[in-house]
Amino acid sequence: MNVSQEDKVPAPNIREFIRGVKRWTPCPLTSLPSDVTERSLQVGVRLDEENRSGTYFQIDDVPIFHGIKRIFGGKLEIIGMRQALQRHEWLKDYFWRLTDRGADEFTELADKDWDDGYFVRILEGQKLTFPLQACLFISTDKFNQNVHNVIVAESGSDAQIITGCTIHPSVSRGLHVGITEIYVKRGAKLTFTMVHNWASEFDARPRTAILVEEGATFVSNYVCLSPVRSLQMYPVAYCIGEGAKARFNSILYVRDGSYIDVGTKIVLDGKGSRGEIVSRAIATDSAQAYLRGLLVGRSDDSKGHIECRGLLLSDRASIHAIPRLDAEVRGVELTHEAAIGKIAKEQIEYLMARGFSEEEAEALLVRGFMDVSIFGLPATLNEEIRRIVESASRAH
Amino acid sequence: MLRVEDLTVETTGKTIIKDLTLEVPKGETHVLFGPNGSGKSTLIKTILGFSNYKVVKGRIYFKEKDITDMPINERVKLGMGVVFQSPPALRGVKLKDILNSFLGQSRDGLENLIRALSLKHEFLDRDLNVDFSGGEVKLSEMLQLFAQRPDFALIDEPDSGVDVENLERIGKVLNNYLAESTGILITHTGYILRYLNVSKGHVIINGTIACSGNPLSILTQILHEGYGWCEKCLLMGKRELHERIAGR
Repeated sequence: MNVSQEDKVPAPNIREFIRGVKRWTPCPLTSLPSDVTERSLQVGVRLDEENRSGTYFQIDDVPIFHGIKRIFGGKLEIIGMRQALQRHEWLKDYFWRLTDRGADEFTELADKDWDDGYFVRILEGQKLTFPLQACLFISTDKFNQNVHNVIVAESGSDAQIITGCTIHPSVSRGLHVGITEIYVKRGAKLTFTMVHNWASEFDARPRTAILVEEGATFVSNYVCLSPVRSLQMYPVAYCIGEGAKARFNSILYVRDGSYIDVGTKIVLDGKGSRGEIVSRAIATDSAQAYLRGLLVGRSDDSKGHIECRGLLLSDRASIHAIPRLDAEVRGVELTHEAAIGKIAKEQIEYLMARGFSEEEAEALLVRGFMDVSIFGLPATLNEEIRRIVESASRAH
Repeated sequence: MLRVEDLTVETTGKTIIKDLTLEVPKGETHVLFGPNGSGKSTLIKTILGFSNYKVVKGRIYFKEKDITDMPINERVKLGMGVVFQSPPALRGVKLKDILNSFLGQSRDGLENLIRALSLKHEFLDRDLNVDFSGGEVKLSEMLQLFAQRPDFALIDEPDSGVDVENLERIGKVLNNYLAESTGILITHTGYILRYLNVSKGHVIINGTIACSGNPLSILTQILHEGYGWCEKCLLMGKRELHERIAGR
């Protein structure tokens, strides 16, 4: 990332946060209080575990719960990261491998003051019919949570993971740092859906990196519709194998005084690898949004495309779309399209001519702008994300 | 049902409609003819209340109410409906979103329409007017009109960009509908008139009505002589005389 632009992101003062509260003890999901249940549901994590294959739940610095539905036994692992490192000697080679501990002050923080996180492994050839879910919850105001997650999708496996990061209604300030390292091995397919729900004084710094091997597919869906003081992330996918594919979809509703800087980088190293970045951002109030995309084509026959659409609903808000294409060898094909605009009067009046009021017409167009069917997801996940987007847009 | 009185309309500072008076009684469908840019579509959008069209003089009455300053959706609630000539593309808004708002739970009527217009159900899930062909735009507009079933329909060029098969389909369904309704229809080519029983025709030249009369006679005259003839007619102030000829 360009340093001068990074400097503009409001920097949280790391020293002003609280650490080491250990207020919770492990318990069954069903005994968690209803406000935790409701907040989790808003980010796609169901505490009744219906239509889920396994769950990890962490509140502040305490792993509360991990478990697998019986019929999925022997197909996957989902446990706390500390425990996983003790269980598997080999796992240390996957820990801090894709992300550099010293990359910035937040990776340093996560290395120094580490609060667990989850380890997920889908065993070779296993195809999970229901998604896994993980929730990283913050219940203490001013808390700094630093999690580190590792996901290993073994060869030929196929799974979906929903990660919800959210806060208790009483939390207004805090800092969430999430290191996530994902390995999608030969021929595997992983769909990683991350839903964030923060507050207007909260800061978030996810750090995600993905390795995509030969014939493997990685799909990321990122949804953030709540206000946030600052959110900065720049996940990177390395498509190292022949025919490796990565696709990143994101839906952002940036409101109040939020400042977000969300980028995606895909490195196309494998022969015939594919990368796609699709984002939709709405900015209103006095929010500022930077949407970055970077495709690096390093191999013959690799192809990539960035599609970014922004919708401005206020004169005080701003959206900056910054797509970048780096082609480093011949035979690379990279394209991008970016469009930012406002809702056209013509569109509103068309809908009014169908009997909708001006407000209804605008709401319909805004909802249409965030239509998730463009992401081409499996039907059930599509419905799930649609539900999240609709409930979140109603909640605010 | 609709009365336009001495209407003058401006858009982006230019006068498009000038001193236009028109009355459409209940049960009648009137056809508007006229060259490109003569003000036909402007008249329809003004009757609907689109913000780009400023009424500088005159009034519009609908069902005896003065609607000149009424918001678009209020007019629609009063019983107006419209078929646009070239509607905007609405990403993420599905055709079914609009149909559902008109139909609520009653789906029988919709099924009949889908059959009558030979549409596929997938069509209802498409983003409205996004990558629609010319024919699909018309079918979608028609479907919305029939789902709404307004008392008064404003129909702007239902026959432009439509192939022969679809034209026949649209024409027949539209004729059934108009038999029980009231409306204004614009046609540039007149093709759709083959399928419709319409009551009266008007030629609009330079934003005002140059003549009125039997729609088929007017169409025949236009096809033979072109609109140049209407312009001359207007200049010579032979409106009355012409009305008699056209009405023969």
